[in-house]
Amino acid sequence: MNKRKLRDFIGTKLMFTVTIFASLLFFAIFLILLYKSIFILETQSIAELLFSSLWNPEKGEFGLYPIIIGTILVTGISLIIAIPISLLSAVYIAEYAPGKIRRVIRPFLDVLAGVPSVVYGLCAFLFLVPLVKDVIAPWFGIESTGLCILTASVTLAIMVFPIIISLCVESFSAIPIELKEASLSVGATKWETVKKVIFRASAPSIISAVLLGFGRAFGETIAVNMVVGGIPRIPSSLLHPGQTLASLIASAYGEMMSVPLYESALMLVALILFVVVLLFNVLAVVVLRRAKRRWSY
Amino acid sequence: MNRRILEEKIFKILMLASVFIVMGSLVIIIGLVVFNGGSSLTIEMFTQTSGGGYYLGRGGGILNAILGSLFLALPATALACLIGLGIALYLQREFTHPRISAFIRLSLDILWGIPSIVYGIFCLMIMVFIGIGTSLLAGIIALTLLEIPIITRYMDESIKMVSIELKEGAYSLGSTKFETAVKVVRRQALPGIIAGVLLGLGRGIGDAASILFTAGFSDRIPGSLFDSTAALPTMIYHLYASPYPLVRQRAYAAAFILVVIVLSISIVSRALSKRYTKFVIR
Repeated sequence: MNKRKLRDFIGTKLMFTVTIFASLLFFAIFLILLYKSIFILETQSIAELLFSSLWNPEKGEFGLYPIIIGTILVTGISLIIAIPISLLSAVYIAEYAPGKIRRVIRPFLDVLAGVPSVVYGLCAFLFLVPLVKDVIAPWFGIESTGLCILTASVTLAIMVFPIIISLCVESFSAIPIELKEASLSVGATKWETVKKVIFRASAPSIISAVLLGFGRAFGETIAVNMVVGGIPRIPSSLLHPGQTLASLIASAYGEMMSVPLYESALMLVALILFVVVLLFNVLAVVVLRRAKRRWSY
Repeated sequence: MNRRILEEKIFKILMLASVFIVMGSLVIIIGLVVFNGGSSLTIEMFTQTSGGGYYLGRGGGILNAILGSLFLALPATALACLIGLGIALYLQREFTHPRISAFIRLSLDILWGIPSIVYGIFCLMIMVFIGIGTSLLAGIIALTLLEIPIITRYMDESIKMVSIELKEGAYSLGSTKFETAVKVVRRQALPGIIAGVLLGLGRGIGDAASILFTAGFSDRIPGSLFDSTAALPTMIYHLYASPYPLVRQRAYAAAFILVVIVLSISIVSRALSKRYTKFVIR
């Protein structure tokens, strides 16, 4: 065999190996997390773990219910804040803003997207937390340390802004101008065009942008850990501390080796994170396929 | 006034308010980091390592964290880049059946979405299995795994754009599939590849959750692959909640350095991409 053919053979095999490695990584993570969390699933049933609200690792109680509620609250509220603001900003940037302003805003958004999450956490801890503690909580007549569900949600919303905005701006700008002109020429106002033409034509992209934002908010660890309070109890209001799944792992790793089953419980938490991300990705593929068929132009 | 025009006006105001909120939060973050961080930057931060008293307000610097971040992120990015390039080139139609490559792309997208803390805890399990403690090596492994899906998907997107005619040109001159992939496709997709690598580097250098319990923490500059090491994100995480205002200022200064590093990576990325676009055949 000549030298070039040999190189072709070896190179192809090497590329094949790394590709197999990447595909296996996915299964390896899943299987190792599953294997490690079996220990706790043997002692307690999955329903008990997910719906019991007692979290006392020292006593062997690993009820994840308050933490799951905390995660849903933090992620949900952050998206409720982020989605309308991001969509409206994206519409403004793509359709209304003069070119000069657009050229200023775009790089700013890239900056916002690139800032590491620990920096968001730091700024939230030193700016938002005192604000919530001294201004917002007294408004509602609630005593709060400022480390609470609301602070974490607002922090996450700010982290999600650049993701949704830049994806939406990109897809709004990609809509053929004829489509908008047709709507404007029959007398629709600009906002009506946005509402009835642009939102509809770019619905698949909006959905995938929102799902991406969800992924970021759901899995964010450090920034949430710094401001959410870290107390695994069901919060009685948004101004009370809570805990999220990802943040729980970060705060518990120090003590997890010393308590039996604790490590296994955290692996179960990691497994839940993995499975939710997996389900949402598969859901995204299915929804996008249907949405593209329904709203294609 | 007409109801429709009123609606238009209302939504225009809402849009301006939204843009104002987004830009305002950005300005606050950048302002906090630049003013607080910039004002508490000292030369010692770059020349000294943090001794035990550093967290109590005594003198010292964060040289160990700066170097730790570089020692972690640079090898991890290099590894992830090699692996990612291999995968991305292999996902082309010539090597992999489109149905299989669609499946691999989906699994890479899922890997991209997995929270970095899961990579951290996965690597912790591997570490326990091999029998190494928190170390530079473990941190590099965690960051490599974290960066592979990002870098690969980016490279893949730009490699997909390489036109079939260009590849056929190479084949017709007698080059093998591997030669075409490495010499023609790789060069044609270079701007996208560079952007992907630098995006991965930026993610890797700023991520705290995956190295929190793989790289550990230490006050010294790591001497070997098996020493645990501090990094800028973990340094900020250790400093931020200090009761001493001076120490909190140091967290800001560390954040300032981190943000400057991340921003310069993205500026370099743009400049390089633009430069190599010259060599792309259209």
